Amino acid sequence: MKTMSGKPLKSPLALGALLAMPLLLAGCEIGSKETSQWGPRGAGMEGVVNPRVVSAPGVPPESPYPLENRDGPRARDSYENLQVLGDISTEEFNLLMINITAWVAPPELGCNYCHNPENMASDEVYQKVVARKMLQMNRTINTTWTSHVKQTGVTCYTCHRGKGVPDYYWTNAPARPSGILGNNMGQNKPSPTVAYSSLPHTPFEKLLVGDEKIRVSSKGIHPTADNTTSIQATEATYGLMMHMSSSLGVNCTFCHNTQNFGAWSREQRVGAWYGIRMVRNINDDYITPLKGVFPAHRLGPTGDPFKVNCETCHQGANKPLGGVSMLADNPSLRDPNVAVAANGTTVLAASARTPGTVRAVAVTMPTQAADAVALVASSAADRVRAAAVTEAVQ
Amino acid sequence: MGYQNIFTQVQIRGPIETGPPLPHGDFPRTETAGYSYLMGLFANAQLGPIYLGRLGVASIVCGLIAFEIIGLNMFASVNWDPVQFVRQLFWLALEPPAPKYGLSIPPLAEGGWWLMAGFFLTTSIILWWARTYRRARALGMGTHVAWAFAAAIWLYLVLGFIRPLLMGSWAEAVPFGIFPHLDWTAAFSIRYGNLFYNPFHCFSIVFLYGSTLLFAMHGATILAVGRYGGEREIEQITDRGTASERAALFWRWTMGFNATMESIHRWAWWFAVLTTLTGGIGILLTGTVVDNWYLFAVEHGYATQYPPTGIVDPSTLQGAPQ
Repeated sequence: MKTMSGKPLKSPLALGALLAMPLLLAGCEIGSKETSQWGPRGAGMEGVVNPRVVSAPGVPPESPYPLENRDGPRARDSYENLQVLGDISTEEFNLLMINITAWVAPPELGCNYCHNPENMASDEVYQKVVARKMLQMNRTINTTWTSHVKQTGVTCYTCHRGKGVPDYYWTNAPARPSGILGNNMGQNKPSPTVAYSSLPHTPFEKLLVGDEKIRVSSKGIHPTADNTTSIQATEATYGLMMHMSSSLGVNCTFCHNTQNFGAWSREQRVGAWYGIRMVRNINDDYITPLKGVFPAHRLGPTGDPFKVNCETCHQGANKPLGGVSMLADNPSLRDPNVAVAANGTTVLAASARTPGTVRAVAVTMPTQAADAVALVASSAADRVRAAAVTEAVQ
Repeated sequence: MGYQNIFTQVQIRGPIETGPPLPHGDFPRTETAGYSYLMGLFANAQLGPIYLGRLGVASIVCGLIAFEIIGLNMFASVNWDPVQFVRQLFWLALEPPAPKYGLSIPPLAEGGWWLMAGFFLTTSIILWWARTYRRARALGMGTHVAWAFAAAIWLYLVLGFIRPLLMGSWAEAVPFGIFPHLDWTAAFSIRYGNLFYNPFHCFSIVFLYGSTLLFAMHGATILAVGRYGGEREIEQITDRGTASERAALFWRWTMGFNATMESIHRWAWWFAVLTTLTGGIGILLTGTVVDNWYLFAVEHGYATQYPPTGIVDPSTLQGAPQ
């Protein structure tokens, strides 16, 4: 091989270096992209997705067997100390407990993650107290926040994804040092929470609790006392927006026509607006009150519980878990009471799925779930059923 | 002598050119001077002597103090960790005081250092401006360089001093830092309803892009007639067949008119100067006179109107959570 000047390359090393140069471009995403336009032309309102690198939204696990109906004896008659789920059927309760175990509990602990196996009704394990509050929260989300979660709804799995503590949460930052040493003013460091910008990296403690104003632009042309938002406050809003953008894997124009951020250009911004209020509701009314329940290692550096933001559920997808609803088998996470149809029979509120035989549980049901069936089934009738399920699994 | 470019440049070597004698009372120029072949490829091969003078020394001292305050604050913010200082350098900043301090003097760690760095940097820049003025006068030149520099200083002062004064808060000023000042810029635009609708921002962009266009045209023209000695403009201006005439005819035949050897430099000077003059006016009006440039553009009929979406702000709905 000769260079342009005619001199041969001196060593294979130089040749190798030359061939390796394209690797410098490895950050590029080669190949065709999928684009979609969602606003007026010229406004840059479009999504560009590389189908080869788009992150998988996650697959929701199926129940070990479907919930056939909501009839039968009530759970409160079968178990003690049911403060939230007493009015659903024992069958439904058992299935929900199996599912929650798979959604939240570490496999090696199973039911014992929340329960004292000697006394399932006891509240001595703190996780059980937390779980009760979380069930109330789950119902609130699925009933009063349909503006955000629509009819898809959420379950424990939407955030927990099989883990006791969801992967994505935030806590209050420790107080900044009083001097300059180690003091980055709460910003100016490459932080994933704000998409590696230098914006304030903990906008959550200001904007995802309470009712602090998020909007920054004025409604009139000239300055008035109505809006004295500082640039620093604007940067906090901007930081929150970068968090939302990276949590959902979308750009600014997913919600905004960036010509005028204040305008209501896309329906998605309405969903996001309710989402922010929902997150505040979750943090203020369900998680922060649990402060005294959590042990020290489940608290942040300032002693506050692990709180949620957009990423807790979304995890990079604009629809968590690809928008698949898990409520069909777990209707009690939305509808506390059994819906009664006109003909007097009880029906499943969330789905019209045909009741079928026990699904191929041997494939889908983990062993620990089968154990869970046996453990939660404390009444005689339930034991019979649990035995049948366990047998089907094995 | 044949056509010269940076590859064929003949670099003359001889006694160092030390410049005319200085007026009484001035510092002497530095003694050190020499030739650099590498410098000669890009510019004049002679380096030095340099005239420092009182203004120069004072400016460098003040600039160094500002540089140290900024750099050491950044270094301290990563706990004096040199590795993190390098890794995070583009993110690090010296931030202005929080809004609660208004125009008062805050504690050092809460923006006091920023105020001090700003003071020394501004002093340094203004002293350097005076130096460009004085050196031009000493050489019997016009003061065009100083006034062009002053146009840039105007924008700098508006951003960091005049506008914060008018807004009543140092917090309105720009942080020192690479990404932080860029994020500040984006936040500034978002806060005030999209700076692209600020007509003075438009002017500033026109002059900025115009400056690059003029620079490209002028630079290209002179290089293109370099083979006729086009860089020796003055002695050729009125002569037939010279580089100067060819350059002029090129543009007259291409686009119907041409600048003169003098006017092209006036064009370039004004374009460059107006970039920061208009930009500074645009910043000065933002937040003081106009709070939402998009609505200003709607009012004056130059904002793009997109079809209504019919989407309602949910906070205006009855019973909406706040």
